[in-house]
Amino acid sequence: MTYDIVFVVASVVAIVAALMVVLSGNPFISSLALIGNLIALATFYLLLQSDFLAAAQVIVYAGAVMIMFLFVTAYLGGRADEPTRQRPIWQTLAALVAAAGIAAEIVFGVTRESFLHGPVVSDAFGAPQAIAGRFLGRYLLAFEGTSLLLLIAAVGGVVLATRRPAPRGADEPGAFEVERPQRVRSLQSSVMQAETAFEVVRTGARADEKDEA
Amino acid sequence: MHVGVEWFVSVSAILFGIGLYGVFTRRSPLILLLSVEIMLNACNLALISFSRYVGEQSGQVFALVVMAVAASEVVVGLGLVVAIARRKGDLDVDRLTGLRN
Repeated sequence: MTYDIVFVVASVVAIVAALMVVLSGNPFISSLALIGNLIALATFYLLLQSDFLAAAQVIVYAGAVMIMFLFVTAYLGGRADEPTRQRPIWQTLAALVAAAGIAAEIVFGVTRESFLHGPVVSDAFGAPQAIAGRFLGRYLLAFEGTSLLLLIAAVGGVVLATRRPAPRGADEPGAFEVERPQRVRSLQSSVMQAETAFEVVRTGARADEKDEA
Repeated sequence: MHVGVEWFVSVSAILFGIGLYGVFTRRSPLILLLSVEIMLNACNLALISFSRYVGEQSGQVFALVVMAVAASEVVVGLGLVVAIARRKGDLDVDRLTGLRN
C-alpha cells in the first residue's frame, strides 16, 4: 500500500515537473523543475530496487548536470530567455499530436495485459557490487567506451568554451554564416580582387595589418 | 491497485511525450537541451523497469551508460550554446542556419 502511494506521488511530481520544464517561459524555473523531475525519477528507481542508480541519478544529474545548466543560464542572463516570436499554431498542434500519439501508443501497448510484478529478487539486486561486476566483466568494452566518451566530451567542452578572438566583422548581422570564406578571401586578397570601393578599403586595412604581422 | 512494471513504463512514455513536445515547440536551445534530458530520463526509467521485470541487472548497466552519454551531450551542447551566444548574441534555434548554405 505504501508502495502504491509513493508511486502515485512520485509520478504526479515527475509529470507536473516535466510539464513545468516544457511550458515555463523562464529558463531558471525550467532548470529547477527538471531537478524535481530527476528526483522523482530517483524515487522510481528506488521503488524498482535499483539503489545504486538512484544514488547515481541524484549525484550525477541533480548534482553535476543541473548545476552546469544553472551556471549557463546565469551566465547568459536575459539572452537565455525564450525568443518572443511565436510559432505558427499548426506547428504547436502537430507537436501535440506527435507527442500524445507516441505516449498513447506506448501506454496502450503496455497496459493491454498486466505484467504484474517481476520475479522476487534478493537485496543484492541493484547493489553497487552487482553492477560493478557486470561493468568490469561482461560489459567492459562499453565501460571503456564510456570513459573515452567522457574524456572527449570534457576536451570538447573546453575547446568550445575557450574565448577566441572573433573574426573581423563577426558582430555584424549575418557575418557568422559566411565567416570562413570572408577570412580566407581577406588573407589571400589583393586590391585587384576588390569589386567595390568598400571592399578596397577593407582589404587595404587588412593588408596593412598583415604587413605589421 | 497493483503497481506493476506497466505503470512505470506508462509514466516513462508520458514523460517522453512531454519532452518530445518541448523539443518541437520551444525555441531556446537551453530549453531544448532540458527537453532532451527529460526524454533520455524517460528511456532510462523504461530500461530500469524492464530490468526489474526480467530480474536481470544488465538494463541498469545500459541506464548508467545512457547517463554518461547524457552528461557528455550536455557538456557539448552547453559549450555550443555559450559559443553561439558569444558570437551572435541571439539564441533562437530557427535562426541558426549557418551550416545550411
